[in-house]
Amino acid sequence: MSSLPPVLKAPPFEIASGSFPTFFIKPETGLSSLALRELWEYRELLYFLTWRDLKVRYKQTVLGAAWAIIQPFFMMVVFTLFFGRLAQIPSDGIPYPVFVYCALLPWQLFAHSLTESSNSLVANERLITKVYFPRLVIPISAVLGGLIDFSIAFVILLLMMVYYGIRPSWAVVTLPAFVLLAMVTALGVGLWLSALNVKYRDVRYTINFVIQFWLLATPVAYPSSLIPLRWRALYGLNPMAGVVEGFRWALLGKSGGPGALLAVSVVVVILILIGGLYYFRRMEAEFADVI
Amino acid sequence: MSEIAIKCEGLSKQYRIGQQERYRALRDVVTGAAGFPFRRLRSAISSSNGNGNPQSEIRESQYIWALDDLSFEVKPGEVVGVIGRNGAGKSTLLKILSRITKPTKGGAEIHGRVGSLLEVGTGFHPELTGRENIYLNGAILGMRKAEIDRKFDEIVAFAEVEKFIDTPVKRYSSGMHVRLAFAVAAHLQPEILLVDEVLAVGDAAFQKKCLGKMGNVAREGRTILFVSHNMQAMSQLADRCILLADGRARFDGNTAQAVALYLGDETNARTPLGEYAAPKEKAGNHIAWARVHTSESPGIHHWGEPISFEFGLRIVDPQESLCFAFNVRNSFNYNACYFWLFDSETNFGREPGTFVLKCEVPKLRLYMGSYTITAWLSERRGDTYFEMVRDICPFQVSMTNMPRNEYDWIPELSTYLEDGSWAPIERVS
Repeated sequence: MSSLPPVLKAPPFEIASGSFPTFFIKPETGLSSLALRELWEYRELLYFLTWRDLKVRYKQTVLGAAWAIIQPFFMMVVFTLFFGRLAQIPSDGIPYPVFVYCALLPWQLFAHSLTESSNSLVANERLITKVYFPRLVIPISAVLGGLIDFSIAFVILLLMMVYYGIRPSWAVVTLPAFVLLAMVTALGVGLWLSALNVKYRDVRYTINFVIQFWLLATPVAYPSSLIPLRWRALYGLNPMAGVVEGFRWALLGKSGGPGALLAVSVVVVILILIGGLYYFRRMEAEFADVI
Repeated sequence: MSEIAIKCEGLSKQYRIGQQERYRALRDVVTGAAGFPFRRLRSAISSSNGNGNPQSEIRESQYIWALDDLSFEVKPGEVVGVIGRNGAGKSTLLKILSRITKPTKGGAEIHGRVGSLLEVGTGFHPELTGRENIYLNGAILGMRKAEIDRKFDEIVAFAEVEKFIDTPVKRYSSGMHVRLAFAVAAHLQPEILLVDEVLAVGDAAFQKKCLGKMGNVAREGRTILFVSHNMQAMSQLADRCILLADGRARFDGNTAQAVALYLGDETNARTPLGEYAAPKEKAGNHIAWARVHTSESPGIHHWGEPISFEFGLRIVDPQESLCFAFNVRNSFNYNACYFWLFDSETNFGREPGTFVLKCEVPKLRLYMGSYTITAWLSERRGDTYFEMVRDICPFQVSMTNMPRNEYDWIPELSTYLEDGSWAPIERVS
């Protein structure tokens, strides 16, 4: 059976001589792989989404990036006034303003990254329902976005250290590791919360609440030396305790290595992250239908 | 090149009805679990009160299959259209193939990089400039930065927004916005392109340009699967068409046939074949009923047979110079024939009553396809329209009565088949 008149059509030519990638689309079955390799292939999208968030965040603000400094700076002022001066909370022999600001930096990085990543999936609903890409890109880019603010606020810390004549020891080279730990903590928890947030919108309201509690449980305004020694390692169950103590140790040098506390924190973070990754991947298939 | 670009096997997707309440609050889960023992009691109470809310019970238990056991294959370089009413499963199909959502049952195999375009301008941010959005949107659609760099000028030129490229997109007109978004998408170069109804946007001129661009893409040998309600675009672009109905493939094959079938279904759903009756509440001078007397069963006519069109006019307000006319329209809403009758020729509106107007055509030459009638009643002197009824009395012309052995008849070969005969062949050299 053929047709009349012949339909004009150019002969199809080969687009690429190499083999085509093949995808198999199947129903969701139990545990899926983490597909981290695919994530790597989408690294440019990760970059663009992070860049978009930063650009948009400061586009219509008068003070722009100054906001990155204002928040931790004023928190430092308030903390110094109430906890340092009035409550006379010890600070391991370090001037209280530096002591608290040094902890506020990783804390802000963590709190900001956690909030952003938890809300990230819901905020990017349009993308999720219209385009395919590894969904992990979204919470990861939300966490990365906090890094710029952190870097800006970090400059103030350097100035304060100069002012108080604090010279960091060789331990300062470990600082990036603690920054990473703070971000991974935020990501690990953020993965759980963002995936839960898609299904249960209550999560959005609990985030602020969780962060406030977490701040009190973290040695930001007080040193962890207030905790009895035998409980100290257990305190590391809060990974941010490990991060904050690590920061003080790396930059201010006074409070001895974080040791066992840090080890516990690292283990906890790894567990949260792996759990979060698997939970996220498991829920991923449903995102577009439920969001 | 592999033999197959897309292969679907028994693809099925189930959705819960009541998707408008899509996400749940944790509260619902908690109260749901806690309230379970009381539910029976509560429903007993509410049913005795007669004002209970049984909907929530129904909603939990009802599911629909948006796609139901769909299987098909697409070869590399093929351009396949997907048509069907709203809710037939077209968008679900594209969503599954572009891996946005997973099927409930069945599976698919895709050979090649997939670019999907379910919406133009996904991820466009109003605060960002045109330039920034090109990069962002390109990255979202799966383009590499180097690739966007290379095509940047071409994209800007295609969108015709050179002057505004560093202006935030929120200051763009909606037309500019769409043009820019489509321009980025049009420069996507995957082996397989999935497109959902993107031609429904933009002004006519730009739509034409997009059609041209998509046609080029097709000619470059890329595989395209696209959904559209624009039947004209469908016939221009697709060689093959899948008609979906209730998540199943009702038809898979020649585009023109699929389109005719789809448009036929559409009219069938509204009116019975070959007949029309005015709603009872209709007042004033109007067309009370209409009927097409086809040669075969109601609504089916064989080419070349006599046909007649009958109209009942109810005149309540007599006029001096009434005018009655009707068109026969084909499935592209193209007027194929025109018939008219003036009161000055034959009186039908000078006194109240119901008049039967019957128009006989001894030999209907219209080519095979689906047709409808659009009729109107007007008055010339006062220049008033009394009535216009559109797309009534759907009927089909078939050519099964005159099979051709060499070549099967295919739709849209022509609008008419005229009587013509060939003179005896002379050999001149």
